[in-house]
Amino acid sequence: MIYVVIIFLWTAILLYILLGGADFGAGIIELFTSKGNKDRTRKTMYEAIGPIWEANHMWLIIAIVILFVGFPKIYTTVSVYLHIPLVCMLLGIIARGTAFVFRNYDAVEDDMQKLYTPIFVYSSLITPFFLGIIAASSVSGRIDLLANDFLSAYVFSWLNWFSIAVGIFTVSICGFLATIFIIGQTDNESDRKHFTRKARRTIFIVMGCGALVFLAAYLEQIPLFNWIFGDTPGLIAIIAASISLVVMFFILERDKPIMLRLLAGFQVSMILFAATYSHFPDIVMLKNGANLSLLTHQGQAKTIDSLAYALLIGSIFILPALFYLIYVFTKRKELPSDH
Amino acid sequence: MDDFLAARLQMAFSLGFHIVFACIGMVMPFFMSLAHFYWLKTKNVVYRDVTKAWSKGVAIFFATGAVSGTVLSFELGLLWPKFMEHAGPIFGMPFSLEGTAFFIEAIALGFYLYGWNRINPWFHWATGVVVGISGLLSGILVVAANAWMNSPAGFDYIDGQYLNIDPIKAMFNDAWFSQALHMTVAAFVSTGFAVAGVHALMILRGKNIAFHSKAFKIAAVFGTIAACLQPISGDISAKDVAKRQPAKLAAMEAHFHTERNAPLIIGGIPDTAGKKVDYAIKIPGLLSFMATGDFNGEVKGLDSIPKEDQPPIGVTHYAFQIMVGLGMAMVGLAVLYFIALWKKKQWLSSNWLLKLFVIATPMGFIALEAGWTVTEVGRQPWIIHGVMRTADAVTPMPGIAYSFYLFTAVYISLAVIVSLLLYRQITMVGKLYDSSTKVPKS
Repeated sequence: MIYVVIIFLWTAILLYILLGGADFGAGIIELFTSKGNKDRTRKTMYEAIGPIWEANHMWLIIAIVILFVGFPKIYTTVSVYLHIPLVCMLLGIIARGTAFVFRNYDAVEDDMQKLYTPIFVYSSLITPFFLGIIAASSVSGRIDLLANDFLSAYVFSWLNWFSIAVGIFTVSICGFLATIFIIGQTDNESDRKHFTRKARRTIFIVMGCGALVFLAAYLEQIPLFNWIFGDTPGLIAIIAASISLVVMFFILERDKPIMLRLLAGFQVSMILFAATYSHFPDIVMLKNGANLSLLTHQGQAKTIDSLAYALLIGSIFILPALFYLIYVFTKRKELPSDH
Repeated sequence: MDDFLAARLQMAFSLGFHIVFACIGMVMPFFMSLAHFYWLKTKNVVYRDVTKAWSKGVAIFFATGAVSGTVLSFELGLLWPKFMEHAGPIFGMPFSLEGTAFFIEAIALGFYLYGWNRINPWFHWATGVVVGISGLLSGILVVAANAWMNSPAGFDYIDGQYLNIDPIKAMFNDAWFSQALHMTVAAFVSTGFAVAGVHALMILRGKNIAFHSKAFKIAAVFGTIAACLQPISGDISAKDVAKRQPAKLAAMEAHFHTERNAPLIIGGIPDTAGKKVDYAIKIPGLLSFMATGDFNGEVKGLDSIPKEDQPPIGVTHYAFQIMVGLGMAMVGLAVLYFIALWKKKQWLSSNWLLKLFVIATPMGFIALEAGWTVTEVGRQPWIIHGVMRTADAVTPMPGIAYSFYLFTAVYISLAVIVSLLLYRQITMVGKLYDSSTKVPKS
């Protein structure tokens, strides 16, 4: 049953990056959009993500619950040593979640909108940045259980070039996912062209940020290169992702939104797979080398079994409903003017 | 401020904030769905307007409740890692199920908010009902997890080890039913009175009377029925607490000495040094009756509990008195309202009843916060009753005071913005829902 739980954990993290990431990307794109195009971008984005907005966020909660129920030692170690970036991410989540709703549900449009918008776009940037930092820090081997001063225990555990580079890379991935997603949401030719151009630019930015991660890993002496290219499955994943990127470039111009989304989702899944496969089942790397493993640090058998059943039963309810929601609301259709 | 106090205050603030939003997000969908049902049945546009206006409130409260709930799921680890390390695998079951309920709620809300004219009307209505039911379920599940802290079950605690974990037993602990019942009814009371009070104020001001009258009636009926049921669930809770957590009951009542035929103490100022309560009203035997079902039953006093295991008496006692006092005031108002509905129709068109509802607007939420204070402060010094002390659970990270200041500032600004947003929603009713403004006062 432990593998059922691990698959759910991995999938929840992946779906949070994919669906939540596209959400964050919406804010990031808005930030990097020229003034003239801002309104149009905002409107298209809002119509696309509005209905599934709240649901996207739930994957993070699922992942956290799996961690604290099934792997309490891992959850608490991360909570203690990565307290500061976790708080930063939470502030981002609060600011973003509320600003989005305030912006779209305020009964009056006035100067208050000028307040919600920057909160929304900057927190869209901050949240995935710290999410990336947290993910990178848990594997970068800087968490020191023996540290007895504040800086080395609670600051240097996460503040290093590698974590920062992964943070930036995560932001770029969110932007990428959002631009690919939005191509399918446009309702006219000129918008589609506009967002296609944007998508192409974003792809180059993601590749640049990816290179930055390798450079930072090299500087910080983190064996990222070995993790990803050291074993066959990781290598295959990266090759598959690269091929799909080339395919994506060729069909970017053609009107194939679903295909583009699938390719983008595939690429991000492969990146996550390659990044996690080689050090599995270790999930938190400690400075003294006594890494925390999903297999040796799991809860008692009865806990894992009931968690697995809860997740399986939950997914029977959640997945069909979620797919139906996405299906109903991502059809290209003008919203009726009644409301 | 030391880190332990800061961590407790941050947790208290986060919970206190979340509870308000979670309750409204949990109960409002039922009001909304009822109004929606009337619209589908009667085709009276006022009901459609009320439904739409309320759905905006639901969206705002749900989003704020969801983010503050997310923060809490992280704060459990950020502030109480030692607690979560042991408790997570034991009391995690309701949280895993709550994840599902909450997810369904978010999906259903997506359908509901964006479904107008896009999906079948009755399917649309049903998604609103699903929002309410799944919200209620997630509330009950979270309270079941909290109940485990008051009534730990589903494991054996041997030599500091937590063995033989049974998550299902932990979920269905002795306290889950009474706590979940009391909390659910409280959510209906507080939201009902708050919503009714706001609409009552607008009626008194003569604005969009048709709209606000329909809204008022739905909220008031829900709130007042719940208010009348609450004393029953309160009684179940009291008996339960007396059995499981005599220290909590003794602190609630400032009941210093173990005795038979114990009096119920109403109000008063507890004198901890002198072990008595000054200026209180005492009703002989009633506490014994409430706790044990027998006027001569023995009720344990604080003298039977070692000093280091006693909860803070003042805070628990005052919070309990506030909760019960406000609860009774709301029962009184509820009775008046039912008399008005059935026997004295003329009261409904007179202003004094509406004014009373305006005064009662915040009462439910104050009672709710006071009730949580009783539950949480009354459990101290334990984080897991009788097993782990709160002081032993706190994070080793220093500087939690700064985190407390930061989150307090965030929550206060959120509360201000949400209040402003609601104010704007309410004042815009006339402009946004023109159809109802044209209906003359009936």
